Amino acid sequence: MTTLQTQPGHADDGHGVHDDAHDVAHGSAEHAKYPFLQHHFDTPYHQFDSAKLGMWLFLATEVLFFGGLFVAYAVLRNRFPEVFSYSSHYLDTIMGGINTCVLILSSLTMALAVRFAQTNRKKGLIICLILTFMGAIGFMVIKYFEYTHKIHDNLVWGTTFYVPPHDAVGELEAKELSVAPTTSITLNPVNPAVFAVPTLAPIPAVDASAIKQASRAPVGLATPTQMAKAEGLPTGEHDPSFAHPATHLVDKKMPANSHVFFAIYYAMTGLHGVHVLAGMVVIAWLLKRAIAGDFSSDYFTPVDVGGLYWHIVDLIWIFLFPLFYLIH
Amino acid sequence: MTTINLSQPLDTATRPDNYLTHTRGFMSWAFTLDHKRIGVMYMVSVLISFFVGGVFALLVRTELLTPGQTIPGVTADVYNHFFTLHGAIMVFLVIIPSIPAALGNFIMPIMLGAKDVAFPRLNLFSYYLWLFGALFTVSSLLLGGFDTGWTFYTPYSTTTPAGGVIPALTGVFILGFSSIFTGLNFIVTVHKLRPPGMTWFRMPLFLWAIYATAIIQVLATPVLGITLLLLIVERAFNIGIFDPSMGGDPVLYQHFFWFYSHPAVYIMILPAMGIISELISVHAHRHIFGYKFIALSSIAIAIFSFLVWGHHMFTSGQSPLLNTLFSLISFSVAIPSAVKVFNWMSTLYKGNIVLNTPMLYALSFLVLFTIGGLTGIHLATLNTDVHLHDTYFVVAHFHYVMMGSALIGMIGGLHHWWPKMTGRMYNENLGRIACIIVFIGFNVTFFTQFFLGSQGMPRRYYDYLPEYQIYHVISTIGSYIMASGFLLTAYYLLASLFGGRIAPANPWGGRSLEWQCASPPPFDNFATQPRVGDCYDFTAIRWDEKEQGYVTDPALDSTKNSQFAAKNLH
Amino acid sequence: MSHTATTSHETGGKTPGAHPIVGHLVPTWLLMFVGTSLLMLTVITVAVRYIDIGEFNIVVALGVALVKATLVCLFFMHLRWDRSFNTLVFVVSVVLVLLMMAFLIMDTNQYRALQFDGNAPNAEATLQANAPGAPVARFKPYSP
Repeated sequence: MTTLQTQPGHADDGHGVHDDAHDVAHGSAEHAKYPFLQHHFDTPYHQFDSAKLGMWLFLATEVLFFGGLFVAYAVLRNRFPEVFSYSSHYLDTIMGGINTCVLILSSLTMALAVRFAQTNRKKGLIICLILTFMGAIGFMVIKYFEYTHKIHDNLVWGTTFYVPPHDAVGELEAKELSVAPTTSITLNPVNPAVFAVPTLAPIPAVDASAIKQASRAPVGLATPTQMAKAEGLPTGEHDPSFAHPATHLVDKKMPANSHVFFAIYYAMTGLHGVHVLAGMVVIAWLLKRAIAGDFSSDYFTPVDVGGLYWHIVDLIWIFLFPLFYLIH
Repeated sequence: MTTINLSQPLDTATRPDNYLTHTRGFMSWAFTLDHKRIGVMYMVSVLISFFVGGVFALLVRTELLTPGQTIPGVTADVYNHFFTLHGAIMVFLVIIPSIPAALGNFIMPIMLGAKDVAFPRLNLFSYYLWLFGALFTVSSLLLGGFDTGWTFYTPYSTTTPAGGVIPALTGVFILGFSSIFTGLNFIVTVHKLRPPGMTWFRMPLFLWAIYATAIIQVLATPVLGITLLLLIVERAFNIGIFDPSMGGDPVLYQHFFWFYSHPAVYIMILPAMGIISELISVHAHRHIFGYKFIALSSIAIAIFSFLVWGHHMFTSGQSPLLNTLFSLISFSVAIPSAVKVFNWMSTLYKGNIVLNTPMLYALSFLVLFTIGGLTGIHLATLNTDVHLHDTYFVVAHFHYVMMGSALIGMIGGLHHWWPKMTGRMYNENLGRIACIIVFIGFNVTFFTQFFLGSQGMPRRYYDYLPEYQIYHVISTIGSYIMASGFLLTAYYLLASLFGGRIAPANPWGGRSLEWQCASPPPFDNFATQPRVGDCYDFTAIRWDEKEQGYVTDPALDSTKNSQFAAKNLH
Repeated sequence: MSHTATTSHETGGKTPGAHPIVGHLVPTWLLMFVGTSLLMLTVITVAVRYIDIGEFNIVVALGVALVKATLVCLFFMHLRWDRSFNTLVFVVSVVLVLLMMAFLIMDTNQYRALQFDGNAPNAEATLQANAPGAPVARFKPYSP
């Protein structure tokens, strides 16, 4: 293991003169030697070190960005534990597992790409970047199949979860739902000081037929089967030949509020997917520059920093996977 | 004095090359990577937004002159749009970027002794993000407006029929990223671009404040981003995370929102505190008292800011345990804030106070911030907050802090660094008069609102009982006085660009590095490596009649011979 | 300056096998080892899902995820050799997320008892009196 760079010690402790503080006299000679060195940095190390700190700060913002969703997940799971443990079985663990492996492998090739860039192996760098890119494509393809499968089964977000749009009736209703505001506050014409409260759905366990009465109100806290009944949809309860794709509507064991699981599932994996797409753009850009021969053992900061971004995408998936697919 | 040519245009060949004259043309500004030009672009944009937000404020105040409708055509619904836009523009477009992005961008690298910020391209990118975010936010006006208040509380924000909610949310989301990248840039700049001799505890206090602000920007704003994204998705697809009728939790939204927005309050106030430290020390010509305490209290405030968000939610159904906890921690914020105020007071003691415009603004800040801070104690107390929550008392409190402190600090800083930015001096007497008008107008407007609120007038209401009218009339008159003060400020500042006296390098007798370079600064900030000493040691500063500004007396300059002048450290 | 590179970039920065002038060069075997460990851990964590160990399922799943994340951070992301300040930045962001999570779970657990679905307790009666005919949802207190 070769450490070529003596790491500056506790340079940021606020005492004494800084060893990473810049130095104009030193700078000018370095600028002549390294054309990539920007005018306000003194040495390649100075530039590299600043870029790394900047990237780590950006990664911290990414952690907090996803952190909000993780917090939402924790609160919802804490509120509806039965929903999470039950609905999780609607996800395909094997597909999720394969996707995890694909991302880990692409992370490995990215780490190798950085190594190849550091050691001037242009061909290795290009191959590794292509492999990483392929990994990203593979991940998105598997994700695409997962999503389309779920959407086909109507395991979707929001009210549509209870109203399969494949159904002619359902389609009409889904449209209505998307147009009408889900809750409405109406002023009493007699006495404007009194507000009628939003028409919330009643507790379905009490009276499933009441759901129909508040039919355009949000579906609230109903189990999928009760909702399907109330909507007048075929549930297949008495008809064994019934083959509706939305099997969760006939799943009597599925707890109320199951749509919440899928809402947070799509929110988190969707945002992660957007990050994978962004990562693909970054890798493609690195590839273009690598082919142009921009990187060498002197200058590989973009590969390193792009790699850090790709690893954080992997890191987030490492947590998403057990939180959604591995609930017993 | 006799040699000054008042009719000299802004950029003449007789003056040395500076950042304004270095390159020319629209493109040289639109694609500039120079932190000074980006700072000026921010400043212009922020001041335009301030004007727009101010117009909405005056509309709100005018509408409240009488109970019921006052301005023809302004219905309750239109009124809701007015105060929402006033709040959103002032918070997201004006106060948050005003000091860090506008003044900070211009002054921070020079004060630090650096040539630029660490990532100049990212800096320009943040500016364009700001611009796009601003366009989105304002374009929501054309798409049906938004009437949710700047806080976008659910479930109202997910159900209101106003069509502009999603564009406005998108705009604020983009503005958030602009803020994140600015903060990121500043942290790296402070860490990595300090010249030799500029140790942490030699940095001017403005830099400490900007650094503490940047930490909050980087660590809090992403949570706002994800909150707004979830809100957009909730509104568009009804996914049921915040919607109670879908099994969601609207209090969760408030937690999310305030996890950012409380620290955001410190994004506004901390850099203003930094400016005040500079103004008071420079214009009293006295070494700042308790340097380390002021510096570290900025960091302490940054840390506390993450632990008090729940004090916005005492009446929202938040649990008693968290209410108590947040109330307790909110009280503790008073400690670092008071450390600062007492140190500023001690700095003034026996100082050679010059009552010019920046100093008047600094003194206004001290008064207004103290009132704003102390009324915060009433609101942090659980039982009084139940009575005062969502009344005009809260409105008055946060205007004292956000406007009376953050914006007044920003305007004071603008006057302080105006000669450095433009190379021109403004009319000092008009400046003093305008400051006094603003101070009087501000207090007439907002002190009245404390009475209004403690008597029970709720905020954001269109209509009110007749017994409140007298207070509303006084408050509205105050807002007109304040507006006239700002118009006067705009007049003499603009006039100074064309006819102002040429500014010397050091018009106030400052000691920090930005006063060592010319006014306006050259393109590369410093031709030679600046000498870093104690930036609050004014012993070597002398008035020079020929310069019409202050110069450093070489005989007394302790940084002259030893670059690291350790003996000057306090 | 702290930069004490002893490499020969003067002899041509483009020579394959040259050493970087900045940063840390992680040996290939280590990267391969970490990659393999990550894959093995994934297999283990998937296998554990099918065994019922009660509360420990989530503990194991998150524990394994934590180990994997640490490996990625330390070796793939070079934190093992990087400045400690970068680690601090990263750790602070994670701590803030955990802080928010802890506060929110504490809070929602407490006010859950006060939560109910539907209207406030006497909303129905008030509405019947003041707004006859207004749509009224049914009220039932929350019972866990």
